[in-house]
Amino acid sequence: MEPAVEVKNLDLAYNNFVVMRGLNFNIKKGEVFVIMGGSGCGKSTLLKTMIGLNSPQAGEILYNGLSFWNIDEQERQLIMRRFGVLYQGGALWSSLTLRENVALPLQLYSNLSVSQIQDVALLKLGLVGLGDYADFYPAELSGGMKKRAGLARAIALDPEFIFFDEPSAGLDPLSAKMLDDLILDLRDNLGTTIVVVTHELASIFAIGDNAVLLDADTKGAIAQGRPEDLLANSKDPRVVSFLTRGEKQGAGR
Amino acid sequence: MPSEKLVFDYSRPKTLQLKITGDWQLSAGLPPVNEVSVQLEANTDIEQIGFIVSEDFKWDSAFISFLFKLYDISGQKKIQLSTQGLPAHVVKLLKLAPAQIKKIIPDKAIEESFLDKIGGRVIGIKDAVLSVLDFLGDIFLAFKRFAAGKAFFRKDDFLVIVQKCGSDALGLVSLITLLVGVILAFIGAIQLKMFGAQIYIADIVGIAMVRVMGAIMTAVLVSGRTGASFAAELGIMQANEEIDALKTLGVSPVEFLVMPRVLALVIMMPLLTLYADLMGIIGGFTVSVTVLGLNPVEYFNHTITAVKLSNLWLGLIHSFVFGIIIAISGCYRGMECERSSAGVGEATTSAVVTSITAIVIATAVITFVCQIIGV
Repeated sequence: MEPAVEVKNLDLAYNNFVVMRGLNFNIKKGEVFVIMGGSGCGKSTLLKTMIGLNSPQAGEILYNGLSFWNIDEQERQLIMRRFGVLYQGGALWSSLTLRENVALPLQLYSNLSVSQIQDVALLKLGLVGLGDYADFYPAELSGGMKKRAGLARAIALDPEFIFFDEPSAGLDPLSAKMLDDLILDLRDNLGTTIVVVTHELASIFAIGDNAVLLDADTKGAIAQGRPEDLLANSKDPRVVSFLTRGEKQGAGR
Repeated sequence: MPSEKLVFDYSRPKTLQLKITGDWQLSAGLPPVNEVSVQLEANTDIEQIGFIVSEDFKWDSAFISFLFKLYDISGQKKIQLSTQGLPAHVVKLLKLAPAQIKKIIPDKAIEESFLDKIGGRVIGIKDAVLSVLDFLGDIFLAFKRFAAGKAFFRKDDFLVIVQKCGSDALGLVSLITLLVGVILAFIGAIQLKMFGAQIYIADIVGIAMVRVMGAIMTAVLVSGRTGASFAAELGIMQANEEIDALKTLGVSPVEFLVMPRVLALVIMMPLLTLYADLMGIIGGFTVSVTVLGLNPVEYFNHTITAVKLSNLWLGLIHSFVFGIIIAISGCYRGMECERSSAGVGEATTSAVVTSITAIVIATAVITFVCQIIGV
């Protein structure tokens, strides 16, 4: 079966500083794919490139075999419409209530009537456990609630691909677990392909079907595969020390 | 004077023993390390430094930093430092801290040559001009889509902006322009009194306010109020990734956020200016009639004959141009904002500075053009 996402020979730069060279990996349809790596290794830049916010220096990303970067802006927009993105802080539009936040993508790209849009928005908020807070503004919510509301907005249009930027960063263990469960629910029930950028080990093992580990020094991927397999089989001390918080196989300290 | 906390003991051969007593914490202060180096200079046969610690010795990281300095000094002189006699935790902390601290110089701090700097500046100017043109182009395209009825933005947002930059500013605009009218009247009175032509205060106040002062005063107030708030709002949206969220949804942030702001200000500036003109004239009128003792009817008639319609149009053209300038510089600075709290502060400041500078330049240009075409 054709992979849902193919990253081919990707070169990335952040502020003219090259962070990644010749990156290659594939993501299967309907899996949770984790992009992991230490701080500053280019995870976020890679994510921005995958969602169309930052153009690569060279290389290509294919979604269902369709070129994403070697096409014009308008065609790219069409592919981007199949994306849902959960940003690190939620990135809810602060002048809109939660319901309006979730309704906005629907207003843009659905053929529903105004009242139907309201219903769908409320349903999505209910899915993340925020149905009661539909008329609150983002500033009135806690960090964990903002993230969940951000997820409700990300799934508003039932996207094929959902991207998560550090989903558990800044959350207490229970909220982080809840978000992980939501991610698995999306994969199991909607068949969504999910890309998660994170460095939280608990999440990596809980949700990752496949993973790639990026490394800042070599500016490339140093391991790919199922997180458990990587932990069990990898001979690379950098991989093992990352996956065990440096507790096994001399992290080089 | 040697400190009481640190006493030097030479009882063992070739060894300097430091007797350490009392409070060596950050709050209590430290004896300078020089005292030890002075001792080492005086006794060149020393090969080892040891420590004798008293019962009442109290320490924290201040003591550790003292020890680090000591390591440095003893290392240079090839003198051994024996950690025996120090508390066990101190020894552990010493091991934890890096033996040598390298200074890493961030890229930015590296000295550039003079030519590098000039080149960098020139390229910077080129980039800035290009990015402004890019932004103006985006605004133009957004308005084109708006004219075709295809622009996507929230009408509610637009109305809130209209209210914020329009009616909410009325109080401030009233106060300031009323006072400007009063000031103009008083200044005019001093000069015109010499010719007994005080009634011409009506002409001065009327023409000055309507032709340019009303528009300029309003613009300065609005750029401080609204321009700054545009920059801060958009800057924080940039920092919160709200603008990224719009982009990934395929919504143009210029269309959704910038265009309603520009539109609102372009509509409200002329209206505010008309109001400001009126308030200025009322201010001048009040002073002239009550303090300077002019005839109210005569003042009124003079104002009407002096202020021509062309003056009014000119004032409105000013305010229209100022509205565009304030809205665009506020929004541009906000959109270009760095993703940090300092970035938002900078964006706000430069929005106000840019718009006031541009307002003065635009006024000069308009005045010059009017001079040439004789309006």
